[in-house]
Parts: sequence; C-alpha cells; structure tokens
Amino acid sequence: MNHLSSETFRENARAALADAHLRGALKNATSLFGEKRKAAAASLPNWEDLRTQASAIKDEVLSHLDGYLEEFVGKAEARGAQVHWARNAAEANSIICGLATERKARVVVKSKSMTTEETHLNDALEAAGMQVVETDLGEYIIQLAEEPPSHIIAPAIHKTRGQIGELFTAELGMPPTDDVAQLTSTARATLRDRFAAADVGISGVNFAIAETGTIVIVENEGNIRLTTSLPRLHIAVMGIEKVIPRFADLDVFLKLLPRSASGQRMSAYQSFITGTKRRATDEGPEELHIVLLDNGRSRMLAHPVTRQSLACLRCGACLNVCPVYQQVGGHAYGSVYPGPIGAVITPQLMGIEKAAQLPYASSLCGACREVCPVKIDIPRLLLHLRGEITPRKGSVAERLAFKLWARAMMSPALYKLSSVAGRLLQRVMPISKAWTSGRDLRPIESKSFHQLWSNE
Amino acid sequence: MWTSIGVSSVEVLRRVGCEVEFDKRQTCCAQPAYNTGYLDEARLVARRFIQIFEESKADAIVSPSGSCTAMVHHYPQLFAGDTKWLPRAQAVAAKTHELSSFLVRVLKKEDVGASWKGRLTWHDACHGLRDLNIKSEPRTLIRNVRGAEFVEMEHADACCGFGGTFSVKYPEISVAILDQKIDAIERASVKAVVSGDASCLMQIGGRLSRKGSKVQVMHLAELLAAKETD
Repeated sequence: MNHLSSETFRENARAALADAHLRGALKNATSLFGEKRKAAAASLPNWEDLRTQASAIKDEVLSHLDGYLEEFVGKAEARGAQVHWARNAAEANSIICGLATERKARVVVKSKSMTTEETHLNDALEAAGMQVVETDLGEYIIQLAEEPPSHIIAPAIHKTRGQIGELFTAELGMPPTDDVAQLTSTARATLRDRFAAADVGISGVNFAIAETGTIVIVENEGNIRLTTSLPRLHIAVMGIEKVIPRFADLDVFLKLLPRSASGQRMSAYQSFITGTKRRATDEGPEELHIVLLDNGRSRMLAHPVTRQSLACLRCGACLNVCPVYQQVGGHAYGSVYPGPIGAVITPQLMGIEKAAQLPYASSLCGACREVCPVKIDIPRLLLHLRGEITPRKGSVAERLAFKLWARAMMSPALYKLSSVAGRLLQRVMPISKAWTSGRDLRPIESKSFHQLWSNE
Repeated sequence: MWTSIGVSSVEVLRRVGCEVEFDKRQTCCAQPAYNTGYLDEARLVARRFIQIFEESKADAIVSPSGSCTAMVHHYPQLFAGDTKWLPRAQAVAAKTHELSSFLVRVLKKEDVGASWKGRLTWHDACHGLRDLNIKSEPRTLIRNVRGAEFVEMEHADACCGFGGTFSVKYPEISVAILDQKIDAIERASVKAVVSGDASCLMQIGGRLSRKGSKVQVMHLAELLAAKETD
C-alpha cells in the first residue's frame, strides 16, 4: 500500500515533484476546481456576507459545543436514532465493528466519509471479516488501487484517466479504455450488485442539526442515498464539530459548501435523515446509529486559536488554491487531510511530533484564507503550530541561529556587523546550498542604506 | 541588501512633499523569527522596533515592503493578552503603512512624476495583497509612469514560492512554485517585472538569472523614482 508518513513529508514531496503524471493531473484538476469555485462564488452578490454569517455560526457552535451536542443527541434519540460516543479512532471502529458483527453482517457498503478515513475504519472492518465496498466513484478507485485519498472531495484526483483505465482492466477485468462513460458504467454495474447484497451502510455527515436531530449529507452520485436507505442498518459517523444549531442555518451552509467544493450551485443530492422509519411498512433502514467521534477534537476546542480548526466544512477549496498542494498533491502530506487545512489538523490529530514538518509546508501566502467559506485563518493557525513546534522539535542549529539572529537584531552595531559578515561570506562561499540549488543569489551591495543615510 | 529600494523610497516620498527621517538604530521587524515559530525571539525584536518608533514624532511610518508592514500589523497578535505591550503594538501598527498604499490611500497621490520606458508587469506580493488588501494602489501608480506600458500577467496574484524560511526548508517545492511564476512572466513578454517586496524579487530574480533571462526585476520604489529621459 502506498501509505506515506507525515514524518517524511520532505522526501514524499521530492518524489511527487518528480512524478510527471501526478503533476499533470494535479494541474488540470486544481485549476479547474479553482476556476469553477471562483465563478460560483461570484454568482452570488452576497458571498462575503455568507462567509461572515457562516463563520459566526461556527464560532457560536464551537463556543457552546457541549450544549448543542446534547440537544442534537436528545432530538435524534427521540426520533429513534441510537447515539454512540467515541473518544478516539479505536473506540469508534470497535463500536462500528461490534454493531456489524452482532447483526452477522458480511457486506458493508460505504459512502464517502473523511471521518472514517481518519479512523481507518475499512481496515478494522476487514479485520473483522467483512467485505467493505466504497461506493463513491473516487473512493472506489482508490480502494481498488489500495491507496489513501489525496484530496478531501476528489480522492482520486492524483490519477489520470489512463491510469484509471489500466486499474479497471487489472481489477475488474474490463477491456482497456480511458473512456469516462465506459469506466463509470462498469463501476456502477459492479457497485449496484454490492448495494443489493449489503447488510450495513456506513456514511459520513456534513451537518447535524441540533434543533431537529437531523443529519444532512450532500453528494452528486446518488450512492449516499443508496447507502443510507437500502441496507437494514445505517451507521453515520461524524466528528463532534459537525453540529449546527438550527435548520435555518442550512440556508447559509448549503450555499457555501457546494460552491466552495466543486463550484456547483447545489449538489445533485441532499439527504436529510431524521431518526428511523416511523412505521414498519415504511421503506428505509430499521436502525440508525450515529457515532460521535472526538479523536483529538476536544483538545483543539480547548484553545481559542486552535478552536477555529474545527470550523472546517471539508470542502477542499484551500487545497485547490494552495501553491504547495498544487505542486506536490495530497499523498505527500502522509495524512488523509492534506493541503493547508490538513497541515493544521493533522498535527493536532496525530500529535505534533509526528507531523512537525507539515505546518512548515506553506509559504503563508494566504490564498487558503481567502477562499475558506468559513473564514478560517489558516496562516495564523500554521504560525501558532510553528510556535508550538520550535521549542520541541526545532533543530539545535536552527534554535541557535535564531538566538544569534535576535541578538544581532537587538544592536545596530551587531546588525551592521552581520551584514558585513554576510557580504564577506557571500563572496567566499555559497551561503546556502538550499537557495542556490535552483536560484542565483543577489549580490549584496557594497554600501548599505544605513551608510548612505549617514553620508547624506 | 538592496540599497536602491531605500534610496528610491526616500526620493519618491520627498518628491511628493514628505519630510523623511530614518532612525539608524532600527534593524528588523522580527518577521523571520515570527514566521518560523520563534515567538520569544520575535517578541524581543518587535519590542525594540516598537520602542524606537514610539520615540519618533513622524506622522507615519512607511516601509517599502508589504511583508514587513504586515508583520508590524501582526504585532497585536504577537502581544495578545499583554496589557503593557498590546496597546503600544496597536499604536505603532496603526501608524505603519506600505509605500504604495501610503502614497495612494493616505496622500492621495496617484502620479509621482516618474518616467520609465518599456513594457512591464506587476507581481502581487502575498502579504501586501492578502494581509493589507493592496491591489489597485500599485497598479494605479504604475499606470501613471510615463513611457511605461503596463500589462497584467496571468495569475499575478499567485505566490512566487518564497515564503521566508520556506524557501530554504523546502527549496524544491519553492522552486517548483516559482517556475509557474517565471512561465507567466515569460508569456507576458516584458522588459521588467515589478513588485512591492524585495524578498519576492530576490526569489524571482534569482530564477530569472539562473535561466539566463533578460527580464529585469524592479522594486516599485525604484520604478517610481525613475526619471528616464530619451
């Protein structure tokens, strides 16, 4: 399996830069997503107001998350849903595997869910002896390829049509083609059969409404509708931050999310699920279980700066505009959450030591903040995390360098000296190979502005 | 490091009627430490900056850099919760302006009497653009330079890949990002690329020079100070 580690981001990125297929696929996809998002946002005159409102709603929820969660759980249970609390990924997986095993399930269909990618649920279900089938086309592709997702909304963004054709030939035995319609219909036929056989459907959640106990899931392929309605048991997995106060708040979020994610005015399907079916004769699953996952989220919630990380809608807009993501793609991050928001969330989820390179994988250009539908100040969060990393993971040389730098900056005499030293060094040796490997160094001028000013 | 940016800034400010002073005790705004995560060092250097500039009786502090200006505007964030330094940081930040924004927004000067012959394009430095919302100001000033033919390059607002220590922590990624910018500059067929930050120009210029390109890099202050006659 092509599972890279966050700890080797530098090497992962280097390999990605050398992969021409990957860079071609990324360039096409990110620029297309970026342009479509821009056009979709421009089509609403009050885009900025919507962002402000969404950000305010998220602030309100995250400041009183306990209360909103209690309300949501109460309402959902009153309508027949059963709610489970999972402190971490292992607990969530064991709850879900337990539910499936108790019902003697053999086939599990899943719709796209980043939260279950985060908990690596598929591995756990397979270990419990179940056949797991991803039913979102992109997720299905990467499941066949045994790869993790490389984008939050487009998990197979790193693959070209040709590569997918080869994969389908090898895995599904179809004749070689790179025709999208043929590839899609083959996937559809295979998946329909699995839907019919499935005992359990597992989905994610986009919004959980406290006021009504409703879960809302948006999609384009119709596979979520099937996953959540065909099998007898539906398990919905959500991070605790997904709750919103009122049904009416959807007005704002359903305008922002599809436009930010795929540049659509509306996603093709929007499923609203409130509890289980009312009468035995109704259609739909007999049981609805909702798993609420913490997995590090309450730690993020505890600090006013990192709390913002939890406002994320998982739209992926920040990935598409990020100059770093555009070059290296998602796998390099070694996390199911790549790109700018991934560089913020990953170290907080898996521990800062294990992902200390990620907050530095940004030029702090701010393009992410500019497109974020809920106005998360991602550069500020990256800076905050860098401030946490340096005392623990900063190299001795770097720490010393900044101590000396600060000392030089505290005294005009030393400052002058440091620029003289720099000039000398630059004359006798390449100051930094890292810089000069790809760029020339601008020669330092013989007279500084300080000197010229004194001469005036 | 880039003496003529300072000299040109003084020249332009004087030309539009400002009295310019320069406190020779000043060193750095603390951005390298702040952006790398060395917050104690950053606070030390930022406090010194605040002390020095508090002593000045000048109406405004002007910097020919969107990045340094944005750093000063971030001081309140750096001193959040510090009852002694926060108000002082806020006061200094409120007085600090980037050059083009100072000329156009504060002084309402859209034409500084510059002349320069040739076709040129503008690169939006990220911090000026996204932290300070500077977009139209430099373009207005450039359009009023006599003899200059201004063209927009594609994705003028895309990052050049510098990002301070990012450029040496991840040099390969930095250069890969930079190459997109270089392509856009080449497609614009210009004599010069102008920007508001020396760091972007070092990055872009370093790659242009490595590739043997004839396109020159120029700071906005240098362009605005130019008095070319034919």
